[in-house]
Amino acid sequence: MSHDVHVEARSEEEYKYNRRKASQAMRNQVTVFAIMIFLTFVAFATVQAGFSAFLVVPLILLFAGVQVALQLYYFMHLSEKGTGIMQFFMYSGMIVAFTMILAFVTIIWW
Amino acid sequence: MNLKSKFTPQSWPEHPELSTAEGKNKVVGFWIFLGGETVLFATLFATFLALKNKGPSGMEFTTQNLFELPLAFIMTMLLLTSSLTSVYAMYHMKNYNFKGMQAWLAITVLLGLGFLGLEIYEFTHYVHEGFTFSQSAFGSSFYTLVGTHGLHVVIGLAWIVLLMVRNAGRGLNLYNAPKYFIASLYWHFIDVVWVFIFTVVYLMGVIK
Amino acid sequence: MSSTAKKKGFGATIWDYLTTVDHKKIAILYLLAGTLFFVIGGIEAMLIRIQLAKPDNDFVSAGLFNEIITMHGTTMIFLAAMPLLFAFMNAVVPLQIGARDVAFPFLNSLGFWLFFWGGIFLNLSWFLGGAPDAGWTSYASLSLASAGHGIDFYAVGLQIAGAGTLISGINFIVTIVNMRAPGMTFMRMPLMTWTTFIASALILFAFPPLTIGLFFLIFDRMFGSNFFDHTMGGNTIIWEHLFWIFGHPEVYILVLPAFGIYSEIIPVFARKRLFGYSSMVFATILIGFLGFMVWAHHMFTVGLGATANAIFAIATMAIAVPTGMKVFNWLCTMWGGSIKVTTPMLYALGFIPSFVAGGVTGVMQAAAPVDYQLHDSYFIVAHFHYVIVGGIVLALLAATHFYWPIMFNRMLNETLGKITFVFFFIGFHLTFFIQHFLGLMGMPRRVFTYLPNQGLDTFNLISTVGAFFMAIGVILLVINVIITSIKGQPCGRDPWGDGRTLEWAIPQPIPFYNFKQTPLVRGLDTFWIEKMEGNKEGMSYAEPISDIHMPNNSFIPFVMVIGLFVAGFGALYNQDADKPWSLVALIVGLAITLGAMIVRSLKDDLGYHIHKEDLLNDKGGNE
Repeated sequence: MSHDVHVEARSEEEYKYNRRKASQAMRNQVTVFAIMIFLTFVAFATVQAGFSAFLVVPLILLFAGVQVALQLYYFMHLSEKGTGIMQFFMYSGMIVAFTMILAFVTIIWW
Repeated sequence: MNLKSKFTPQSWPEHPELSTAEGKNKVVGFWIFLGGETVLFATLFATFLALKNKGPSGMEFTTQNLFELPLAFIMTMLLLTSSLTSVYAMYHMKNYNFKGMQAWLAITVLLGLGFLGLEIYEFTHYVHEGFTFSQSAFGSSFYTLVGTHGLHVVIGLAWIVLLMVRNAGRGLNLYNAPKYFIASLYWHFIDVVWVFIFTVVYLMGVIK
Repeated sequence: MSSTAKKKGFGATIWDYLTTVDHKKIAILYLLAGTLFFVIGGIEAMLIRIQLAKPDNDFVSAGLFNEIITMHGTTMIFLAAMPLLFAFMNAVVPLQIGARDVAFPFLNSLGFWLFFWGGIFLNLSWFLGGAPDAGWTSYASLSLASAGHGIDFYAVGLQIAGAGTLISGINFIVTIVNMRAPGMTFMRMPLMTWTTFIASALILFAFPPLTIGLFFLIFDRMFGSNFFDHTMGGNTIIWEHLFWIFGHPEVYILVLPAFGIYSEIIPVFARKRLFGYSSMVFATILIGFLGFMVWAHHMFTVGLGATANAIFAIATMAIAVPTGMKVFNWLCTMWGGSIKVTTPMLYALGFIPSFVAGGVTGVMQAAAPVDYQLHDSYFIVAHFHYVIVGGIVLALLAATHFYWPIMFNRMLNETLGKITFVFFFIGFHLTFFIQHFLGLMGMPRRVFTYLPNQGLDTFNLISTVGAFFMAIGVILLVINVIITSIKGQPCGRDPWGDGRTLEWAIPQPIPFYNFKQTPLVRGLDTFWIEKMEGNKEGMSYAEPISDIHMPNNSFIPFVMVIGLFVAGFGALYNQDADKPWSLVALIVGLAITLGAMIVRSLKDDLGYHIHKEDLLNDKGGNE
């Protein structure tokens, strides 16, 4: 039954290959982090610079979306195989979330 | 081979968190829980957006004159960096480097504590100015949204610390690897929420 | 534990149920607790109908009437219908997918105890200064103005029970995603499993808004916040949105598993495979999705604006399409089948026209201008009782008869079952059909009495008579259960003779580990396939007999919930200056819960193994 622990012994070659792959992936993570820091910096800077709200608001929302996508797909490993069901539930949650926020900013007024 | 067996870096599986049925259940279950958390925070965001700057007539507090960007920026940097350090921790977990993982988690906790300290400072600052939880609907919705996130930070920190303490003597095995993994997922999710908080609450708040 | 004696004392049995993590026993707990609350809610319903039987009645006072209608609605939805559905989901779904238990047995137990103590908390309000009285929707302006602690009981009690529901929902999703037997692909899952899956997904997304809404209510009433107070910038409409963003999917959380139950019953007794299986699955998903896009149709008269009303009206009408698909699929399943009219099948046959009637009035109300006329009238009361009683309660009664052999290895008496159906079904239509006309004649809902000679007297009396018929039906069912418990004989495997899915293939009584060997699923209706091929065992196996891993029982869930229960009282009385002990209760309660959580975290809980040799001896591991 699936409760048993399945561990395959890895050969020395395989182990070294995996280690290399993992450290490569870790370097990618640092790059992703740099992009996130950059986006954050630009977002704060555009707001401080005082550009028109019609430019700044869509821009920083876009940046937030990109950052969140990076977090989910790289830091939280959603880009790996076998995550379909998790993505399905995250996206469903986001659809509900979007609908709700849209409703609250459009049809609640005084 | 059982859940508490010792491993060598070579025999340690590539995806230790998914090597057991319990681990698979935990990871999938936790992601699904995060789907629910997404809706939970959306509710708080939606309420905040609906009640932003609303208060008793003549209220002087607005997002524009209340929020200070430098503080929010430092908090953002602390939390983003802690997200990277927990990625490092998971990197070492997958390499069966228990000490490395614990060390990076400790750094994560310190950064999280720094964030929490700044948030407490920020809240007390607002309260001294008279902007309290019960002062207005704006206050209620602001403190609930940001406070719920802060509560998540507290829970995340307590969780990680508890894991570090409980496993300090036991080392890594297939029983606790999934626990570490989902704790780090939780920590990343806290960061995801904060990205929207600094964008929607602070940045969009100070735009004239 | 593995070493439980065959014949246990009463105390040992109680302890076993307090600590159990076995989905079959938790199902029985849900059934018992759900029935308890169903009876309480039913008594409240009878009091309502007695009060309204004649004009100018003073059987109960206006204030008490408000408390009764509030508690009737809240109890029936949260504490009766959902737990009873959870009972059948727990009993059947793991068996249907070939799993030994749910994904998180510990959380399953925790979810049950949260629901149970939340329900007790809510009902204790009757004895502690008055029940909530702002309607089950508890609209904010009204609930903020309500004196006493009734609304606090509502908010805290539902918070506790709601947490349990959310936990159970996540548990079912993971069970269905991860625990299916080899060969059980998504498109081979029985409809009961599919509807449980989608309903659990709806729970996942619908309960957080309720949680937050209840927190807002608790904060506003107890901790001085201003979410709903317009003088402080708040907005009472926010509660309505949050409540209905939860409340509308809640209807589908209830009705989808009911659809699943009918989709199991009809093929068995029509002795034909379910017509349009894939369209059934598609319709279920579509209903679940659309369920989140329509909540504002409860708020047409709020004044959202014509555009918003139009959007939500169209989305609402769209739901009739997948629902209609389902109705036609059921009809086509029966068409040309060799139908055996048993008690469960009778309920299924009664369900279709009743539910269609409820659905049609729903589409009527979806038209916003019509809703302006119908809003808050007895027409609405008639509509949602047609959906909930005609859809869900009939399903629960049908499932009680249908799955009783699986849960207890006994058959309920068929004759008595059919008599029950006649009383209940006639009573149901008598009570609620006439309420459509009461509504059209202008009788508003939630009024505690009405004046004589306005044309409302006779119809209300008829409605009350119908309610008594339903009560007789329920009493007959209880008698049936008692007789079966005392006199019933073990009925063995597949007692209906035409079971199609895996749960009927397991030998009775079902061993606590469910499957000695994990089954191999070779198609839709896997038991039927095996039977048609002459396989006497009813199952093909995916693995040889080997050790089975089982989870340990645990008392920790119970302790955690008791802690929250105590803390709930602390939070509730915290606002009273004369009750300084409340803060102590709050802290002690939370400390108990946190302590239990820490114990759970620090202790390794690896479960235990049933060894192959024990499985192979005569008793099959049942020492």
